[in-house]
Amino acid sequence: MAERASQPLLEVSGVSMHFPLRRGLAQRLQGRPKGVLRAVDGVDLELAKGEALGLVGESGCGKSTLGRCIVGLYEPTAGEVRYEGAPLPAKRDRATRRRIQMVFQDPYASLNPRLTVRQTLAELLRAHDMVPRPAVDARCRELLDLVGLGARSLDAYPRQFSGGQRQRVSIARALALEPDVLVADEPVSALDVSVQATVLNLLEELQQKLGLTLLLIAHNLAVVRHVCDRVAVMYLGRIVETAPTDELYTNARHPYTQGLLRAVPKLVPGRASEAAAVVGDPPSPIRLPTGCHFHPRCPIAQAPVCMTDDPPLTAGPGLTDHVAACHFAWTAKPTAHVPEVAR
Amino acid sequence: MGAAAESFAEAAVIEHRSGFRRRWYRTPSFVAGLSILGTIILLALLAPVASRHDPVQQNLLDILQGPSRTHPLGTDELGRDVWARLLYGARTDLRVAFLAVLFPFVIGTAIGLLAGYFGRWVDTVTNWFVNVVVAFPFYVLIIALVFALGSGTRNIYIAITIVGWVSYTRIVRGEVLVAKRREYVLAAQAGGLSNLRIIVRHLLPNVVTQAIVFAMSDIVLDILAIVTLGYLGLGVQPPTADWGKMIADGQTYLTTHWELSTVPGIAVVITALGLSLLADGLADLLRPE
Amino acid sequence: MTELLEVRDLRVDFPLSGGVLHAVDGASFELRAGEALGIVGESGSGKTMALRALVGLLPRAARLAGGEIVFEGVDLASASPETLRAIRGRSIAMIFQEPMTALNPVMRVGEQIAEGPLVRLGYGRRRAHERAIELMRLVGIPDPEERADAYAHELSGGMRQRVMIAIALSMEPKLILCDEPTTALDVTIQDQILKLLGSLRERLGVSIVFVSHDLAVIAQTCRRVAVMYAGQIVETGPVERVFREPRHPYTLGLLRSVPDVDDRRDVLSTIRGAPPDLADPPSGCRFHPRCPFAQDDCVEGAFPLRALDGERSTACIHHELAAEDVGREPVIAGG
Repeated sequence: MAERASQPLLEVSGVSMHFPLRRGLAQRLQGRPKGVLRAVDGVDLELAKGEALGLVGESGCGKSTLGRCIVGLYEPTAGEVRYEGAPLPAKRDRATRRRIQMVFQDPYASLNPRLTVRQTLAELLRAHDMVPRPAVDARCRELLDLVGLGARSLDAYPRQFSGGQRQRVSIARALALEPDVLVADEPVSALDVSVQATVLNLLEELQQKLGLTLLLIAHNLAVVRHVCDRVAVMYLGRIVETAPTDELYTNARHPYTQGLLRAVPKLVPGRASEAAAVVGDPPSPIRLPTGCHFHPRCPIAQAPVCMTDDPPLTAGPGLTDHVAACHFAWTAKPTAHVPEVAR
Repeated sequence: MGAAAESFAEAAVIEHRSGFRRRWYRTPSFVAGLSILGTIILLALLAPVASRHDPVQQNLLDILQGPSRTHPLGTDELGRDVWARLLYGARTDLRVAFLAVLFPFVIGTAIGLLAGYFGRWVDTVTNWFVNVVVAFPFYVLIIALVFALGSGTRNIYIAITIVGWVSYTRIVRGEVLVAKRREYVLAAQAGGLSNLRIIVRHLLPNVVTQAIVFAMSDIVLDILAIVTLGYLGLGVQPPTADWGKMIADGQTYLTTHWELSTVPGIAVVITALGLSLLADGLADLLRPE
Repeated sequence: MTELLEVRDLRVDFPLSGGVLHAVDGASFELRAGEALGIVGESGSGKTMALRALVGLLPRAARLAGGEIVFEGVDLASASPETLRAIRGRSIAMIFQEPMTALNPVMRVGEQIAEGPLVRLGYGRRRAHERAIELMRLVGIPDPEERADAYAHELSGGMRQRVMIAIALSMEPKLILCDEPTTALDVTIQDQILKLLGSLRERLGVSIVFVSHDLAVIAQTCRRVAVMYAGQIVETGPVERVFREPRHPYTLGLLRSVPDVDDRRDVLSTIRGAPPDLADPPSGCRFHPRCPFAQDDCVEGAFPLRALDGERSTACIHHELAAEDVGREPVIAGG
């Protein structure tokens, strides 16, 4: 297990991202209050230098939005992101931007179709003066070599590459600025199964070789288990559980995490239970449930505490690394019942 | 096996769909449009050679002649050679139309880029201006402006620019609103590239294709506008040859010498057809993949 | 037990400007009544085209170029368009990956579910509506009376998929073809839908062909599996046996490259190279350029499926090499 330095490299503190919704004329006339989409709703997170943290959750949980806040593409509505202890300003300057880079999900939209690979890479190298002008070309080759692409790729256009190759070019681009932190937002979701493995192996290799700190955002729990040292689970804009990888997968304490793990189909065709792991649909982020956001779908929700009190992230007794946001995370589990949404 | 070693064994860079250069001759509409337009432009350029007469030279002894060996399309009411006037008219009209499209294209695209990318007050102000201009019918505004400014080609450019930038702004702004959310633009922002660079290098080439295609049809519209202005006596001044003026002047003789109005009219139609086909073909070819 | 569906040597071609793309190039598999068969393959394997060919739903550019599709004794490949239309939606139903595009956006979902019984089964309006409510309850849509009036875009992805399943069931089909129905869904919703399909299969005795790229989904849903590569089926058999002891190097490669949520493997192995160009596939075994066990006799000849025993077949002539490899380093731990 990686030794955690006293100060984490990256800290997310109380970050929220609220998007105001435009009211239609009819709603305005009715005097309805402005709706707010709480994509990210008060998130605390820490990344130690050199570690790989997985951020998992289903669609709508806010993980991509959080990732973009960290990279500086969105300005958080509340809270701050701190790098080496110092808060990152809303408008980041060039030098600061270098530190945190991102790899995106869609290989077909990640690269400018009108630029060759060389142009895409060289543009960044030159803008930041990463190497002296005459060395730009050589550096482009080095970057491609790092991700396992030949020099032939330099003068090719994105349309000439497969999905997996495009992702590698995106990774090379992210690494061009020699960042300390790499945020990978679902880097393999859009790729074929056997190609996913190539890109995942590449990310692991680069992390070790370059000492990168990696934030891997994914919805695939198996992928995260393979790559990450620690995992954080998100639901409806909040972190509901964080723990070292093996601990989370074998001893999850939050009912949503437990449900999520049960829901993942396994390669071993066993006699899985007939009942679905988690029932109901996730509620709309515009109209969040009161109290604990998960209570309508929770099999152990207890009135009235779960409907009124929003549980904070609490650590297990004697554990520093494992936190969960459930009133019953570390106490005796109440008996299971039919969740509110299914009654 | 390291990732690097694996990928060298990976298949060579895939050469899928070919670029513009390889596909253009296989797109029928593009080829047809280019041929038609090319022929017209060629004839216009070669006007001094293709016609043996001076388009403005009057010959009052030989007015309203039918087609003959010296005058392949006959002469008009002032004895001028119709064929020569047709060719020189092409020169005038095509040049004016092309330039008249260029200014709105450049200005409209620039404003559209800025409004779409920066949003907020820039967008609001732009939209306000767009709505004002769009409230008036195109021809009414053009004619009113030319009337106010006085006739002549320079004022045609000014009038069309004042009215025409709006379409380009709307098209480009719409495209930019979508394009600026694409991941490669986000990557450029995350990479700390300046806004100017992002707009010019990453947005412009990817949003301008729609505007270019529109520009083709805009040339058609502008030719018609110039022809209309010419017909109303507000456009290109005599004795310069201009299809609009030719149509107008030939009106009086519609019952006797109908070809004086009809021939330039047909020329306008063929030119418009060529441009439309070209626009169609370009729309096909310029799509990125 | 007779086969409900038997597909032999299916071929689907896409004529191109410079040749022909053989999207499906000799695929064979069979399905017994009441059974769930999974077809697993990556993009470009031809699995979607093979599925669509079964009911004649190929895109206009494609054509069925050969093979037999014997359903309840009738060869659909040579059937008349009228026969196909009668069977499509009635005895054989289909559900798709993206419910948003498969559902009519301007028709209420209740009406869409009732449409089949109303138009094709001759139900009266009221009876068709009741049947729709019944089906919505069957597929687990809460408050069916209210939801029946909703439009597709007002429902969540999981709900839309349930509506599509209800539509498929409305004609009481014998066979449901599923084209990656859960790929676009979240894990928890996918779990709900897969369990729903499983329980429907048991209760109603309907057979299922399930196409997916996700090995674990197939493992959970199907009893038998057919692995597809480059337009051909390369291995078939009971899911449990095939995944524990694959008898084709491609199946083994796939299994090794998939991360397992239960067990952190040190290295994900990969299959070197890239899938072949279906307009110009390699000679001999299609997989041989990427195969770690390729031998000289793999380079030429045809490699149809050969039965290994009553339940399994493989196209690989050196299948024992794959079996030995997985014996040394199992993919699935435990006996």
